[in-house]
Amino acid sequence: MSDSFFGQKFGITGHDLQGYLNEALSRGGDYADLYFEYVSTCSLGIDESIVKSATEGVSLGVGVRVISGERSGYAYSDDLSPERIRNAAATAACIANGPAKTSIADLKNAVKRDLYPVLKAPTEAGLDERVALIKRADAAARAYDPRVFQVMASYADQLRYVMVANSDGVISHDRQPLARMSVSALAREGNGVPQRGVSGGGGRVSLDFFLNEKTPEHFAKEAARQAIVQLDAVDAPAGESTVVLGPGWPGILLHEAVGHGLEADFNRKGVSAFSGRIGQKVASELCTIVDDGTIAGRRGSLNVDDEGETTQHNVLIENGVLKGYLQDKLSSRILGTPSTGSGRRESYQHVPMPRMTNTYMLAGESDPQDILRSVDKGIYCVSFGGGQVDITSGNFVFSATEAYLIEGGKLTRPLRGATLIGNGPEAMKHVSMVGHDLQLDEGVGVCGKEGQSVPVGVGIPTIKIDKMTVGGTA
Amino acid sequence: MSEALLNQIAADVIGMARSKGASGAECTVSEGAEFTVLVRQNEVDNLKEAGSRGAGLRVMAGRRTGSAYTSDLSPEGLAKMVDSAMELAKITSEDPHAGLPDASELGKFEGDLKLFYEEPAGLDTLTKIETARKAEAAAMAVDPRIFTTEGASVDSYHGARAFANSDGFAGSYRSSSCSLSCVPVAKQDEAMERDYWYSMARAWNMLEDPIELGQKAAARALRRLGARKVSTQKAAIVFEPRAARTLLGHIFEAVSGDSIYRDSSFLAGKLGQKIAHENLTVIDDGTIPGLFGSSPFDDEGVPSRRTVVIENGVLKNYLLNSYTARKLGMKTTGNASRGITGNASVGHGNFYIPAGALPPDEIIKQIKTGLYVTELIGFGVNIVTGDYSRGAAGVWIENGELAYPVSEVTIASTLMRMLEEMAAIGSDLEFRGSMASPTLMIPEMTISGQ
Repeated sequence: MSDSFFGQKFGITGHDLQGYLNEALSRGGDYADLYFEYVSTCSLGIDESIVKSATEGVSLGVGVRVISGERSGYAYSDDLSPERIRNAAATAACIANGPAKTSIADLKNAVKRDLYPVLKAPTEAGLDERVALIKRADAAARAYDPRVFQVMASYADQLRYVMVANSDGVISHDRQPLARMSVSALAREGNGVPQRGVSGGGGRVSLDFFLNEKTPEHFAKEAARQAIVQLDAVDAPAGESTVVLGPGWPGILLHEAVGHGLEADFNRKGVSAFSGRIGQKVASELCTIVDDGTIAGRRGSLNVDDEGETTQHNVLIENGVLKGYLQDKLSSRILGTPSTGSGRRESYQHVPMPRMTNTYMLAGESDPQDILRSVDKGIYCVSFGGGQVDITSGNFVFSATEAYLIEGGKLTRPLRGATLIGNGPEAMKHVSMVGHDLQLDEGVGVCGKEGQSVPVGVGIPTIKIDKMTVGGTA
Repeated sequence: MSEALLNQIAADVIGMARSKGASGAECTVSEGAEFTVLVRQNEVDNLKEAGSRGAGLRVMAGRRTGSAYTSDLSPEGLAKMVDSAMELAKITSEDPHAGLPDASELGKFEGDLKLFYEEPAGLDTLTKIETARKAEAAAMAVDPRIFTTEGASVDSYHGARAFANSDGFAGSYRSSSCSLSCVPVAKQDEAMERDYWYSMARAWNMLEDPIELGQKAAARALRRLGARKVSTQKAAIVFEPRAARTLLGHIFEAVSGDSIYRDSSFLAGKLGQKIAHENLTVIDDGTIPGLFGSSPFDDEGVPSRRTVVIENGVLKNYLLNSYTARKLGMKTTGNASRGITGNASVGHGNFYIPAGALPPDEIIKQIKTGLYVTELIGFGVNIVTGDYSRGAAGVWIENGELAYPVSEVTIASTLMRMLEEMAAIGSDLEFRGSMASPTLMIPEMTISGQ
């Protein structure tokens, strides 16, 4: 404890944690946990080739949760003084109503692992090095094509220290770096309508990632390329169509169509379109879908989740059959199943809930070119804006930002943006080909649920969906 | 903390920034306390209660900007924030348009905006729990097909915000809010549908009655049962107020100074032109007492005001903060908005379409075939091009009557066309948050379905 971040910086001892947990259980709760968080952030923005914004900040606090049966009490403090933490614990304790319990006396450290062995986090690097990234992105996007007339680029990083201690006697620590670049470019032909392209990426990486692997030029060219492609786009078709999704970011389909509906909170309440369907076929047998928080350096990865549980490789759908839900502690207590390491929260001010990490479909056997060649008429989508799902009906949408018409097995024209709509448990049954080219996205995903945002990843190989509704106008 | 203490911190921070060499500085200090309780199946499911504080600073070093924030309001925490901001101002670029608002623009709206009431926060927890219970029970009692709920919740918030700048502006205000919402889930055969209803107010006694609210939420969920997918076609679209409000969100984005100076809005360069049906007027007003978009001054210390954005179809004004105003050679409209730190972006006050002449059922009666949209999902709206394509659910209209529920379709057009054709404006304007629209009708959009 004494060598931990919170021990060193705030003098918090194992004995202190013990006292706070006992206070949290003073009204008889079944379980209590403390979530300490210290986050430093930096964000930089360039617009019109002028570095217009630069912000740094620090936020810290502790959240105290008490579970009593199916009930949760939560309180937090942005002041780590013993008095304020004890107050928060006493407030959260009130959810229970019974004789005091005590926490397990001996706090044991959880097993450690390191999925993001970043010695120097980007947040600890020099400001000049980071400003150089956005300046390079700005220059590269403008150099890509003279029709590019506006470029905005941003870079943001954070370094989050967390410590979770619970009344089962387990204490976990983690240091979570995260960095992301984003580039947006506008292009115009003569006096025509401008078109936008966006790109970005990052992960739990050091600054070297942006210098050696995915450079500012990489993101800049991609944003500029998309904007230029859109200059020739025609109206997307309206109605049902065969849809081919390109590899990588289009995995957002899985996040919306399947992932949210398998979060255990909706399922313990019986309000998800997937409720009560474990063991049933909910997708074509070509589909195996996993949620994996253990991939090194990925944006959605975590050594431990925000309840201190080790993250896992969780199979959600195997060969089309629904295998399991994503569990947090509360759901696993109620459902009597193990946690899947899926308890996440936006910050110490938020109650944890089951969330995704990196959600992707395993590679199949088809050649991506063969998949396109097999389509006489349809659309090919390679990039998406955002998506949303109605968990209960299962209806989901995701909006294509780069798509092409497929005619006679060939890509013909780029299409204007259009929303695709489907029903979760039905849409995946129409997957008829799965490519061997699985790709994970570049690291830009943010998932929102009940007002809480967390970083996530997605991935998918090229797939063919025989029937889906495309919301164009043509 | 008292409001006086927040003001003192803001003044101290400005002083520190000046003494470290800032040529200009703006500081926001805020505190807030939140309470929320969710009741599900008549039991408390989740109860949360806490408070937090924060300070944010933006400094100018000539025409360069730096900003920082902290949740640590100790003298050391604040000093560190000032140092950080000053350090960052060294790495940004000279921006000829950067700076504080012109001193002559600073000030406060002087009337009583009725933003703060004691009771939402002071009210005892049991009353809040009982209110949520009543709403949920009322929803469950409507029909046996309401088989469960995702809960009913009561939230309350009270807080204060102080703002000061180095040109002598200092101001602060308190605000309160409370809300009640209910999310019933209906089931028929094996299909489930959820919907919700909510009420939001500055004061507890202004909230809708929990029983009526629960019943309304249940009726909305029941109305969606047995939804069909219609065939792909062009037809009229009627947006109920909750869905119509999202269109205002797109209009706001398109008239916001940030999109205009970057030429990334389909309305850029259209000032003074007719861009919408003559029946359409859009107003931004940050000075309506008691509403959620009201404040005495914006986040740069410029008084809130009423700005006509679209008048009888003609684009009259963009919404601007001091930066976008300078970029466009115009004057700020008092629409600066920021969280606690950073450069101000553009926000809105109470942004609304005034009520029209037609009751909503009269609008529906005029439609031969069309879709009455009650819910929109997804992000398929492009402000640069105006392309619009979103997932929709609602009720099919046949010969002027609501016929059967529809889901899993998209509606598409362009915002340019939608504005031009927006012929019918309902008489049912009601504020539920800071954006509000009555029922709206667009004669033709593309519906994608089967």
